[in-house]
Amino acid sequence: MKDRRDFLKTALTGAVLLGTQSKLGLADVPTKSANTGHQDQYTHRLEPGKSRVVIARDPALHGANGQLDEKHVLDLLDRAIASYTGRDKPTDAWKHILPQGGPDKIIGLKTNGLGGKGISSHAMLAFAIAERLQWAGIKPGNIIIWDRFARDLEACGFTIKTDPSRVRCFGSDVSGYEEDGVAFGSAVNVKLSKILTRQCDMVIGLPILKDHSGAGVTFAMKNMYGVVQRPNELHGGGCNPFVADLNCIPAIREKVRFTIGDAMTSVYDGGPGFHPERLWQPNALIIGEDRVALDTTAWQLLERKRAEAGLPTLEAAGRPPRYIATAADADHKLGFNKPEHINLVEI
Amino acid sequence: MVFRSKELMIAAIVLGIVAIAFLTSCKGKTIDPFPASGGVSGWEKTGDTRTYEAKNLYQYIDGDAEQYISAGVITTSTADYKYQGTLEAVVDVHTMSAPGGAGKIFDTSRASDAKVVPLGDAGIAFAQSVIFRKGPYLVRIVAYESTPATPQALLLLAHGVEAKL
Repeated sequence: MKDRRDFLKTALTGAVLLGTQSKLGLADVPTKSANTGHQDQYTHRLEPGKSRVVIARDPALHGANGQLDEKHVLDLLDRAIASYTGRDKPTDAWKHILPQGGPDKIIGLKTNGLGGKGISSHAMLAFAIAERLQWAGIKPGNIIIWDRFARDLEACGFTIKTDPSRVRCFGSDVSGYEEDGVAFGSAVNVKLSKILTRQCDMVIGLPILKDHSGAGVTFAMKNMYGVVQRPNELHGGGCNPFVADLNCIPAIREKVRFTIGDAMTSVYDGGPGFHPERLWQPNALIIGEDRVALDTTAWQLLERKRAEAGLPTLEAAGRPPRYIATAADADHKLGFNKPEHINLVEI
Repeated sequence: MVFRSKELMIAAIVLGIVAIAFLTSCKGKTIDPFPASGGVSGWEKTGDTRTYEAKNLYQYIDGDAEQYISAGVITTSTADYKYQGTLEAVVDVHTMSAPGGAGKIFDTSRASDAKVVPLGDAGIAFAQSVIFRKGPYLVRIVAYESTPATPQALLLLAHGVEAKL
């Protein structure tokens, strides 16, 4: 662990490189091994002991033809980031959440394309984020949009690109996985994508909000199943405690520093696959650093929709997302799941 | 084995051949349930068929794989289609170890807003999807867009798949 002098030096260097006077930037987050306390991990707190989550909505996000409107998506992203960081200018806001080191840092955007074309992280959102990252000084080639398989990415509308002078897009089937497994609790012999371990300095999660036949809800933490080689081995018991344990693995805990959750379209029952008869358009982004708080918020949103549709709660349906409470417990300390510890901002 | 007459021996051989043919048809029957382009009016098969065994099913449907595995899925095959050059759809054919497995998954798809359709042993349709079971097969066809033509077009394709099972 860095001592205070090294820590301050590094943080100041980062501030100069990024041209920001941030005192809350993620650059200040110390590198720690798993099972560290809440207080050290998240920095964008309005008040101590709370995690901020922003839900930004735009009822006109989908145009008359039912397709997403590009300009509205970009505007929604800007509003969400501005609200979260307290900075109106997108460039300033993005610099605020990026790691120190400026343009040379490699930023990964981890999408979830498993649901195929119908219910996957929207390419339009990933492109909007990539654009704003470039505004903030990140070189195009230092942005990697990635998922498990090229096929998943293509299904979302991405084109596979590995040219280092442009925004790159490829799957872990190209990069490969680490040969040596890592472990935390029940998540044993986990082989991580080399995109996570060897290429990215920071990862922004781009999950899509979905009902999940096993886990109950899939969103910020469950999206990390897409960074391991054999996620099927982590599905027993409603994915509990696997989701929490997986997120405690140091490379995930330390590098996945921000989440821009795609709740523009969602499936509120029958997930995680595409079920058009259970499709829903919350027209929202849910963003923040604390993946436990994000998942708690997403779960509540999903429950409200299920109630509206006359469906039982996930608890009554036999699949409550118990992994969320596990992630918040004393053995994991990944974040907060109690409403009194979540500073929810809705715009 | 000693036969009392030539006729009995011939009968035994014929019975043996019939038995082998029957067992082969039950266990190793190779079915291609996916209509070729033009096989169903207006529908074009736009990609190769991909097939996943139970152990690899997570690569296709990840979290959903568990319920199919517990229902006895052997393989899942999938292919993409396009109707009249615009409406995209995907056809999934799950081959279960027994009809009961197909029934188990089918029952979880039932909903009050589903329309019962005459397909296979049982079928239902929504605005953008059709699901039916026939013997050990469970078929799900999903369109990515809702248009006035979608329900009828999906039913056409579903009948085309059913005819090949």
